[in-house]
Amino acid sequence: MAYIKKVFTKFILIAMPIIYSSLVLSEDSDYNMKVGVTEVSQSIFDLHMLIFWICVVIGVIVFSIMFWSLWKYRKSKGAVAADFDDNFWLEIGWTVAATLVLVWMAVPSTQVMVKAYDDAEGEINILITGHQWKWHYEYLEDEVGFFSNLSTSQEQINGEVPKGEFYLREVDEPLVIPTNTRIRFLITGNDVIHSWWVPDFAVKQDAIPGFINTAWTNVPEPGIFRGACTELCGIKHAFMPVVVRAVEREEFDAFIATKVALAEEERMLTSKVWTKEELMERGEGFYATNCSACHQINGKGIPPVFPALDGSQIAMFDSKRHIEILMEGVQGSAMAAFGDSYSEVDIASVITYTRQAWSNGENGDGVIVTPQDIVAYKNRIDL
Amino acid sequence: MSTVVETHDHGHHGPAKGLSRWLFTTNHKDIGTLYLWFSFIMLFIGGAMAMVIRAELFQPGLQIVQPEFFNQMTTNHGLIMVFGVIMPAFVGLANWMLPMQIGAPDMALPRLNNLSFWLLPMAFGILLSTLFMPEGGPNFGWTFYAPLSTTYAPNTVNFFIFSVHVMGVSSILGSINIITTIFNMRAPGMTLMKMPLFVWSWLITAYLLIAVMPVLAGVVTMMLMDINFGTSFFNAAGGGDPVLFQHVFWFFGHPEVYIMILPAFGIVSHIIETFSRKPIFGYASMVYAMASIAILSFVVWAHHMFTVGMPLAGELFFMYSTMLIAIPTGVKVFNWVATMFRGSITFETPMLFSIAFVALFTIGGFSGLMLAIVPADFQYHDTYFVVAHFHYVLVPGALFGIIAGAYYWLPKWTGNMYDETLGKLHFWLTFISVNVTFFPMHFVGLAGMPRRYPDYALQFADFNALISVGAFMFGLTQLLFLFIVIKTIRSGKQAKPEVWEGAGELGLEWTLSSPPPYHSFTVQPQVK
Ligand code: HEM
Ligand SMILES: [Cu+2]
Repeated sequence: MAYIKKVFTKFILIAMPIIYSSLVLSEDSDYNMKVGVTEVSQSIFDLHMLIFWICVVIGVIVFSIMFWSLWKYRKSKGAVAADFDDNFWLEIGWTVAATLVLVWMAVPSTQVMVKAYDDAEGEINILITGHQWKWHYEYLEDEVGFFSNLSTSQEQINGEVPKGEFYLREVDEPLVIPTNTRIRFLITGNDVIHSWWVPDFAVKQDAIPGFINTAWTNVPEPGIFRGACTELCGIKHAFMPVVVRAVEREEFDAFIATKVALAEEERMLTSKVWTKEELMERGEGFYATNCSACHQINGKGIPPVFPALDGSQIAMFDSKRHIEILMEGVQGSAMAAFGDSYSEVDIASVITYTRQAWSNGENGDGVIVTPQDIVAYKNRIDL
Repeated sequence: MSTVVETHDHGHHGPAKGLSRWLFTTNHKDIGTLYLWFSFIMLFIGGAMAMVIRAELFQPGLQIVQPEFFNQMTTNHGLIMVFGVIMPAFVGLANWMLPMQIGAPDMALPRLNNLSFWLLPMAFGILLSTLFMPEGGPNFGWTFYAPLSTTYAPNTVNFFIFSVHVMGVSSILGSINIITTIFNMRAPGMTLMKMPLFVWSWLITAYLLIAVMPVLAGVVTMMLMDINFGTSFFNAAGGGDPVLFQHVFWFFGHPEVYIMILPAFGIVSHIIETFSRKPIFGYASMVYAMASIAILSFVVWAHHMFTVGMPLAGELFFMYSTMLIAIPTGVKVFNWVATMFRGSITFETPMLFSIAFVALFTIGGFSGLMLAIVPADFQYHDTYFVVAHFHYVLVPGALFGIIAGAYYWLPKWTGNMYDETLGKLHFWLTFISVNVTFFPMHFVGLAGMPRRYPDYALQFADFNALISVGAFMFGLTQLLFLFIVIKTIRSGKQAKPEVWEGAGELGLEWTLSSPPPYHSFTVQPQVK
């Protein structure tokens, strides 16, 4: 009886981790790799499980022999050590066996890799640019683009209000792609290296400044797919999620049409005459989404890394330099060049806003910068 | 305290008195002790940083530290554990044991030995001081990828670069010393293929260090030039390439990870044969396996860079070469198991740590194999799955090897037996907490949590809380280790020269008294 109990306990000890792992690692588990929705992601999942089970089998064999030896040959049971210290054929045997197992793993791995790796053009080509700390998407065929920012509030992050269901996995504007279409991503970075990852597509590609990487996908069904930045990119690395919305073709076409119309409207706005109030209102919103992460909503910054704008000499008295900084960025600092990424209206309004906000309006020259000033600046530079 | 008492007693070769004993010592045992204590102190400093990290990650949201400080903690935790704990501990063990294992009186280059140790506190003093500077310490990860570590770095990065240079000099000097000692000071009759495996493991490690530390020095120098002298090695705007940084770094970095495990292979081999009362199985294949691992480690570096956008042929090459490393690694595991097979086994603390080493290091090897599979790595890369992998090979791997070695040789060093009950308690608490900490990381990683995140989505919350609890338990348990070590130094049952039953046959160190004389072998023993 005692013997059976012993055998049983041993069985439990060995079996438990395996049963546990297989529960946790079953296909629809929250704690296993995402099966994903594309053909590539599904074959990667199968490959992952294959390699995993091979490892489990090898592990069970090796560990069983080891723990059995420890048990059987313990000195307290009077075991006397044998006298051998090598065995040529045994050593050749297990080396060959290990090699064969590796070949067994390498063959399907190579096949899946070849399938996943394909840099031919897509029907739709999207340029993805990693910025500190947001993603920019541009549809190359239609020449429209936009930024995608984290939309979780700072209050949620600080624990001042309850956290929502998609805490840190939600954005103001997701990337929209059509289903059943070959899509090629051209991925690059604007400042440091980021990495664009969507587990459901099994696409993870580094976004490297100065270089363009490619990746592709073809999503069979509509849905919302959430991912993340996976290369350390500075303070807000954890706060620049990826959200992709896959929609039917018609809906996609409608989406692009609105975007094109919006871009057209934007161009119209540039030539419009703006009042100070209009600029201020627009600038305040832009500041909150794009500037306040570093310079803070109260304009005090986090010196010395992020300088204060409230009371800044440039923001109060030097509108020329102010425009230059927004357009070109500051070399060697986290201050990015916004000129190429945002409209003249946005740049003008945020400059006007920061020149009026806090104590700057009262103490500074209060110069108003209009979209036309930005256009003029651009033309001067282009010469 | 620091008064020097001149004894003028030339017949007596004991240690000097007071502080000068430690500052000016050229004795391999004193220097070994310095290295080991240094590493132990750094373990607690680096460990405290890990506690900050785990406290912040205990639940979602930002509660204890801000992301900027969090990044400084992850970076410095990694740098300290790699360069300040694992490497110095191995050098400390080498200093203590190599002369005793090869039958020499001391290391070949004793003054150099003193220098290579004292460079270390300087290097880490510089590194740690940056944490108190206004811009804060390094915050770009222990792998310090450009341009985050160049154009976008806090200006304290220059201190970081200097400190890495000093660590590199220290390692190179130490390696020169070890190679010279092994080649010139072995007892007559000890041919290369009769050397103890720990000596072999260190010979190979020392060559790896000499080969790759200059590469590390090169890459930080290129950073220094980019930051201060207007070059553009890693700046695409100036015609450079940020990916070049990663190639150079990992050409150093991958051999570096083997530098952190080979000496542990040597240590556990000795322990397993001692407590199985049976010579190590396949001595020659153990040596060849270590040599092949070392050679292969130069051609696998880009497996850390599968997502940077390499050509297909490159991805496949680095996948195959990485898989190849699993063969010699597997052979070592099989040999350890075969050594236990038909032995006469007892379970003293060093053996417990070594058994856990074999089992848990193997788990780290399995996850390594999974990571080598390129398409699958697209999903694993830069998630907690990688964090789980390297902690399995480095904590129950390298660190367990070191702890096992400390228990194994502590009675030899101090002449006192450690407290076996406390040792076993230390083992079980450590074993459990290590697994509670690092095993769930596999699942969190597979579920999609990226590494180096100060805050995370709600679905990862349960496992992260569990991981943090395990980590606190692990941290606290190591205070017990400190207590055991101090207790053993101060008192304990008198240890015999051979310490462990039958160990007298296994190596020259066990023929010396416990504690051994200040100059280990003044007369070279003859090895048959
Ligand atoms: C069978 C042997 C091993 C294989 C096949 C293997 C494979 C790998 C691969 C492919 C990666 C990159 C994963 C990624 O970033 O996506 C990796 C990471 C790593 N491995 Fe291993 N590994 C092995 C053993 C070891 C050992 C023995 C150590 C150290 C003692 C080690 C330490 C590390 C470290 C520190 C990293 C992560 C570095 C970082 O990104 O911070 N590995 N390993
Ligand atoms: Cu590696």
